[in-house]
Amino acid sequence: MANVWVFVREQDGGPSTIGLELITKARTLGDVTAIYVGAGSDEAFASVGDHGASAVFHLAPGDALVSAPVASALADLAGTHNPDIILFGQAYDDRDVAGRLAARIGRTVLSNAVDVTLGDTVEATHEIFGGSQLATSTITGERPYLVVVRPKSFEAAPSGGGTPGVTTVDLPDVGSSAARVTGSHVEEKEGPQLEEAAIIVAGGRGLGSAEKYAMIEAIAKPLGAATGATRAIVDAGWVPYAKQVGQTGKTVKPDVYIAAGISGAMQHLVGMKDSKTIIAINKDPEAPIFSVADLGIIGDVNNVLPKLAEELNKG
Amino acid sequence: MKVVVCVKQIPDPASEYTLEPDSHWLVRPSEQVLDDTDRYGVEMGLQLAQASEDGSVTLVSMGPTGNMQGIRQALAMGADKAVVVDDADLRGSDALTTARVLAAAITREGFDLVIAGTESTDGYSGVVPQMVAEFLDVPALTYATKIEIGDGVTIHRQATSGYDTVEASLPALVTVTAGVVEPRYPTFKGIMDAKKKPVDTVTVNDLGVSAEVEQKVTAVSPAPERSAGTIIEDDGEGHLAIVAKLRELKVI
Ligand SMILES: Cc1cc2nc3c(=O)[nH]c(=O)nc-3n(C[C@H](O)[C@H](O)[C@H](O)COP(=O)(O)OP(=O)(O)OC[C@H]3O[C@@H](n4cnc5c(N)ncnc54)[C@H](O)[C@@H]3O)c2cc1C
Ligand SMILES: Nc1ncnc2c1ncn2[C@@H]1O[C@H](COP(=O)(O)O)[C@@H](O)[C@H]1O
Repeated sequence: MANVWVFVREQDGGPSTIGLELITKARTLGDVTAIYVGAGSDEAFASVGDHGASAVFHLAPGDALVSAPVASALADLAGTHNPDIILFGQAYDDRDVAGRLAARIGRTVLSNAVDVTLGDTVEATHEIFGGSQLATSTITGERPYLVVVRPKSFEAAPSGGGTPGVTTVDLPDVGSSAARVTGSHVEEKEGPQLEEAAIIVAGGRGLGSAEKYAMIEAIAKPLGAATGATRAIVDAGWVPYAKQVGQTGKTVKPDVYIAAGISGAMQHLVGMKDSKTIIAINKDPEAPIFSVADLGIIGDVNNVLPKLAEELNKG
Repeated sequence: MKVVVCVKQIPDPASEYTLEPDSHWLVRPSEQVLDDTDRYGVEMGLQLAQASEDGSVTLVSMGPTGNMQGIRQALAMGADKAVVVDDADLRGSDALTTARVLAAAITREGFDLVIAGTESTDGYSGVVPQMVAEFLDVPALTYATKIEIGDGVTIHRQATSGYDTVEASLPALVTVTAGVVEPRYPTFKGIMDAKKKPVDTVTVNDLGVSAEVEQKVTAVSPAPERSAGTIIEDDGEGHLAIVAKLRELKVI
């Protein structure tokens, strides 16, 4: 059986969703060990076990910036235990550790994977050109193979596995590579969250101004939907980064995704094109968003959105 | 303070990207532009260098130089000089090879701070900067939305909701997100000056690193297409089509 490791970063006191997604996938590849990075708790380890990890290495970073010390510890662990493959989610610390570990042990990383198979060698599938093409890549060098996987590529599902054996691993002093997390500023989360929402209403630059984002909220409210955005309007400061959908934002797969005033740049499409139903409103008939839309309205958001809000509020 | 900014030349994103038939490498025309992502790094570098004593900004780039348009764009913004690693052996480089080469070039130049983008537009592996930092044995403060230099470096690091404050001593590497600063447009004088600025073109031999590549793209195929949707022109009743669709889906 292949020795498969999965990087799991703690989030809100438990394993991250992407970590559980990857453990679920890893079960199909071999015997799963979770690399759990965070304070840790019996419940957290039980959840990791329940999704299919039979063993856990627990690394508690405290206030250290995770990448350097965790990559260093992982390099040593990998040297002793010879994993065949290590899966990482495409998330902040996860991807950072993958890169750092790769340089440390002299293996490259397959990134942006949406699927992975393991046999004589590794094969990863990547979406390129906004998801219009699929590329398969492989590594010709030695194991462990390092793969960074996009969120929501697999569904997390419990396997009914028992509590795994937990080994605590001390983090080394990384000297000049050390950095410290000295504070956290948490933005208040309002309304339904993007990743869990069944319906998402998202706006782009076509709304015209920050104030017009209220038109998006006016539609989201009666639908009980989460609100999303393109990077263009996040960078412009109209809405916080937490709302960004796409390559460098969140990957979402809701039942319904309503895109208003969004062109459909490939970096946006990769984050939402797997939504079950996509409805787009754009005044430009050539806008690429229409290529993925199940229903497209060629029109002005200033006309369509207020009328839609009114209709929805009629109940 | 000596700042090194990693910048990449890429095919114009407004043009259609194509792959070479057997290798599946991205076709790179001789005319390439500065990756938009890296304009933020250049701007940040310029601001930090200007605010410090003996500040300088050196660009480091790996890839086919072509007519150097992208590098000149960054020099025109105000960077002092560029080191460009261009070597036929580096075509099809994977992230690790790229990072090894960049780190060697950066070490040769010397630095207090290295700045890179969070993800390149054409490669978007996002792991190159972290690899570079490991080779340089410095911390990588990633996803910076704000940078301050004091005794060391302090950043606001983007988080799922909000940000963390992260501190380290110098030398260090920082990756910047779009939006960290507003990149300046080159002035006419900047564009003229850029033509005279030094650009040092080097090979892997000059750097003494290996160009070995372990990642291979073995196949590329079209993704399964979504079935074509219904596209209608808004005649004042477009919103009703949306309501009908939502009813059909039983979400209202
Ligand atoms: C490395 C990298 C990562 C990126 N990551 C992301 C990411 O995670 N998420 C993301 O979204 N983007 C990302 N981008 C940016 C992306 O390339 C696009 O620039 C961005 O998605 C465009 O946002 P937009 O659709 O709001 O704006 P635009 O492209 O400017 O589109 C605005 C649209 O609104 C339409 N419009 C204008 N007025 C009206 C009106 N009155 N009524 C109706 N329609 C109207 C226009 O026809 C146009 O189609 C990334 C880019 C790079 C290089
Ligand atoms: N070939 C390269 N030359 C210079 N800088 C690079 C190169 N590749 C990556 N980088 C830097 O690393 C960042 C992230 O790139 P990537 O890992 O390809 O997503 C970029 O924004 C650049 O700052």
